[in-house]
Amino acid sequence: MNLEELKKIREKAQKDVELRQKQSRVRIIVGMGTSGIAAGARDVLKTFVEEVGKRNLADVVVTQTGEKGLASQEPMVEVFEEDKPAVVYGNMNPEKAKRVVVEHVVNGHPVSEFAI
Amino acid sequence: MMEDIASHIMDIVMNSITARARHISVTIEKDPDAHRLTLAIADDGVGMDRETAQKVQDPFFSTKTGRKVGLGIPLLKGTAETTGGSFALQSERGLGTSIGAAFDTDHPDLPPLGNLKDTFLVLIVSHPDVDFTFRCRLDGKDFSLATKDLKNELGDVPLNHPEVIGFLTKYLDEQL
Repeated sequence: MNLEELKKIREKAQKDVELRQKQSRVRIIVGMGTSGIAAGARDVLKTFVEEVGKRNLADVVVTQTGEKGLASQEPMVEVFEEDKPAVVYGNMNPEKAKRVVVEHVVNGHPVSEFAI
Repeated sequence: MMEDIASHIMDIVMNSITARARHISVTIEKDPDAHRLTLAIADDGVGMDRETAQKVQDPFFSTKTGRKVGLGIPLLKGTAETTGGSFALQSERGLGTSIGAAFDTDHPDLPPLGNLKDTFLVLIVSHPDVDFTFRCRLDGKDFSLATKDLKNELGDVPLNHPEVIGFLTKYLDEQL
C-alpha cells in the first residue's frame, strides 16, 4: 500500500467527481464538540465514513461540526437529504449509525425511533 | 472526561477547525529514555488575543458568556498536569494557535493512546479541504502523512471519495 495507488484511484474515480461536485445527494453531519467526543461520537463518525467507503456511496458526504448540540443526547447526527427536511438523530452509536445508513441514506426512510 | 489521548487530539483539532484553520499539524512522540510522551497541535486559524488564550485554559470560564471553545483545553491541560507533565498554549490573533502537552509515561493516571488511526481517518475524510500533517514516533515506529501529498496524487478526486476512504483505511492500518 503506497501513495502510487492513488493514481489508479484517480483514474477510476474521475467519472464520479463531476457528479459529486454538482451536489451531494445526502450530507451527514456528526456533532463533534467536547461532550460529543466524550460520548463516543468519533466511533459513530467512523462508522458512517466506513459505510460510505464500503458501499461506495459517491453521492454522500460525511462531515463533522464542533458546534454544540444537546449535551444530554450526544452523540448527535444530522442527515440532510436533497429537497427534504433535515432529520436529527440522538444518542447514536455505531449499530444505530449502520441502520441509519441502510434505512435512511440508502433507502430514503428516516429511522423515526432514533430521531429527536 | 476524555478516555484517551486520541480523543483529546480529536477535540483540540475540532477547535482548530472551528477557528477556520487551513493547515493543522499533529505530532505525537514517545521518548522512552525520558519516559515522556509529547503532543503538539498547531494551526493557522484565527488565533486568540492574550486574554482569551488565558481564559480558554480555565475550566470555570463560563460557557454561558459566549465561550466558543469547549472544555477540551482545560481537560487536556488537567490530564497533562495530573500525570506529572506540562501544558503550553500559544496563540496570536490572525496567525493561529499551537498547543503542546507532555505526559510522564510512568504515571499511573496516564490515559491510553486510544485509536489514532480512526481519529486521523475521520479528520481527513470529514474535512477534505483542510491540509493535515500527522507525525507519530511511537515505540520505534515512525509515521508521517501530509494530506497535501495525497491531494497532489488525486487531482480533482476529493479525499472523501469512497475509493479514497478505502485506501486511507488500509494505509493507516498498515503504516501506523
